Amino acid sequence: MAKHTLSVLVEDVPGVLTRVASLFARRAFNIHSLAVGPTEIDGISRMTVVVDAEGDSLEQVTKQLNKLINVIKIVELLPENSVQRDHIMVKVRADATTRLQVTQAAELFRASVIDVSIDSLVVEATGNAAKIEALLAVLEPFGIREIVQSGTLAVGRGAKSMSDRALKALSA
Amino acid sequence: MSNSTPANPASVAKSINRSKDAAAAVSSVVEASNPVQGPNNIVAPTQMTGSQAIVRSLEELGVKDVFGLPGGAILPTYDPLMDSTKINHVLVRHEQGAGHAAQGFAMVSGEVGVCIATSGPGATNLVTALADANMDSVPMVAITGQVNSAFIGSDAFQEADIVGITMPITKHAFLVTNAEDIPKTLASAFYLAQTGRPGPVLVDITKDAQTSDMTFSWPPKVDLPGYRVVTRGHNKQLREAAKLIAGATRPVLYVGGGVIKANAHEELKEFAEYINAPVVTTLTARGAFPDSHEQHVGMPGMHGAVSAVTALQQSDLLITLGARFDDRVTGVLSSFAPNAKVIHADIDPAEISKNRVADVPIVGSLEEIIPQLQEACATRFENEPQQDLSSWWGLLKRLRETYPIGYTETQDGLSAPQHVIQRIGELTGPEGVYVAGVGQHQMWAAQFVKYERPRSWLNSAGLGTMGYSVPAAMGAKVAQPDRVVWAIDGDGCFQMTNQELATCVINNIPIKVAVINNSSLGMVRQWQTLFYDSRYSNTDLNTGHGTARVPDFVKLADAYGCVGLRCERDEDIDATIQKALEINDRPVVIDFVVSADSMVWPMVPSGVSNDQIQIARGMTPEWEEED
Repeated sequence: MAKHTLSVLVEDVPGVLTRVASLFARRAFNIHSLAVGPTEIDGISRMTVVVDAEGDSLEQVTKQLNKLINVIKIVELLPENSVQRDHIMVKVRADATTRLQVTQAAELFRASVIDVSIDSLVVEATGNAAKIEALLAVLEPFGIREIVQSGTLAVGRGAKSMSDRALKALSA
Repeated sequence: MSNSTPANPASVAKSINRSKDAAAAVSSVVEASNPVQGPNNIVAPTQMTGSQAIVRSLEELGVKDVFGLPGGAILPTYDPLMDSTKINHVLVRHEQGAGHAAQGFAMVSGEVGVCIATSGPGATNLVTALADANMDSVPMVAITGQVNSAFIGSDAFQEADIVGITMPITKHAFLVTNAEDIPKTLASAFYLAQTGRPGPVLVDITKDAQTSDMTFSWPPKVDLPGYRVVTRGHNKQLREAAKLIAGATRPVLYVGGGVIKANAHEELKEFAEYINAPVVTTLTARGAFPDSHEQHVGMPGMHGAVSAVTALQQSDLLITLGARFDDRVTGVLSSFAPNAKVIHADIDPAEISKNRVADVPIVGSLEEIIPQLQEACATRFENEPQQDLSSWWGLLKRLRETYPIGYTETQDGLSAPQHVIQRIGELTGPEGVYVAGVGQHQMWAAQFVKYERPRSWLNSAGLGTMGYSVPAAMGAKVAQPDRVVWAIDGDGCFQMTNQELATCVINNIPIKVAVINNSSLGMVRQWQTLFYDSRYSNTDLNTGHGTARVPDFVKLADAYGCVGLRCERDEDIDATIQKALEINDRPVVIDFVVSADSMVWPMVPSGVSNDQIQIARGMTPEWEEED
């Protein structure tokens, strides 16, 4: 199934994450990734949901999401007119003999080393899914101890602001 | 008790809608600033407790009747409720009864039904009624007590996360932990319940929010930035629809319960007559269009009339108004109305193209859309006259005459249940209210009672809740005490909720209960007869003729202080119904002892195309004259 990225503006109230997440489960849609955080507007959060869905069912999930009282606006961000990034932290085995190789590999990906110990490094990287995958492939031989990854974050290209327009519609 | 005349509630609901829409047409700011139901009295800031604010808010919202049962976490609210002169509280015997009563109240009146329960088990007992109201789009508000906010999450006594439990089965659920939030939350709940696609809203209020002091003022500011309702249809889509209607040779108006919810039955009648299309009314739409009308071709679906099922199957254009292509209507979806284009008008955009893809989607309130459609058709017909529908009508009229809804006489000497139900309808007339449970008797009540007006037929259609009938009839009778209200119930259903007879007797709510007693879980038994080799696994209830009769429904009625009657012979049916109609000071329960072998026909067996409708076991209609 194709992956689609939905940007969802929601009221920042208790239970809103549960409502959105359980709606996906209830209507039998699969969430691939989810990222939630505050926006530039007080009281409004933004969720970026990557969902596995085909055309008709994507329309259905969007409509069902719209029915949730705490959901203010939903926009599908297409890859061609948005920028999409994942954030990852990887704990890699690295002792005195391999440390330099690992840091060099990280540099090639413009990743940075954010923690160092005698036998490990934590590498942090930001990028699209393909870059993250490539970085992991390179780090793999050294021995990966832990991976923490954010959900995909996405924002539309150009000057238009999703929250701006949503709020204008509200106060119009 | 509400003493409004029967016609009033609908017109009140209508005027509420109109004023809201008028506001929307000017500016959505106006709409947003005044979504508060009721007379909108100005109440200057007044000190009171949260529980007083709950009662006062309900009063300001225009609530006259509520159904509930107190308990620890809602106790603070029951104290000021005792002093309210504006609110009549009906003490039920089980919270599920309060929920269904609120539904029945809402369904006949068009107003929001209200029920109240305590935390934990009180709240979870409302769950079935909330799920039922959610499936059938019934406007209701449930108020529940919750444990002290400091105890939430500690598995305190009678704690249940009712907001979490009801999220998937309500339009919305609120948790209130702060007394100051009570007025605006209740006003929001009523607004959500009643506007757009109606539905149940739960307001869970912690005990400390009820007991703390707050400043009450009215009207509160309702702020729901994520909630907008589109009421007017899109002109381009309306023109497209008119184009399809002009070109259709086999159009059908596929009418669902949304027409009744939108109070659009008059608009529907005018439009149907204007385009002369046949009308089918689904299980939730019975009464949205008069059964006696020449253009009515019946109820479609699993137990629909041959003429109605065929009208949909052979149509070239479904004009779908407030219906949702439920599986009980479509049969196997891929073979449903295979040659039809679809116009789908609904207030809930998520219903459009959910099951069947719509060629012309129209989002809005049917009260506005139907006249808009008629206007668009008038414009279209000026240049492109409508197709001749006479051969289409010829086919449907022949089917309607050849295969009317009927039944066969019983073989065991017991009365035919269909005959009993038919006579109840005929002797009571179209001004009565008929409330069914779920099962065979429900289908027969949908088939054999003739409905001439909206809000005269109540049942649990989407969820199929056994036990709906008695408490829903109770709620309906409270809303419209001047109407005769029949609970047409089964012996299985009746045993699930008959404790509310006590409520009816004590509060002088004289409903009439017809227990269609076939001594079994009849619909399940029918399926066992047809699909499980007549192996009757766990469907015999031993309440009928020649059984232990446990319980004896006449004695049970008597124990509750109702009049209990038993009718076992055909020749007594009319006299028994007449006797029940003459008793208006107490509820009446009639034990109609009927045959267990009677089956609901026609039937489209589960999992096959509607084309395989059977008019009796193994008998299909003759199709040779079509196509």
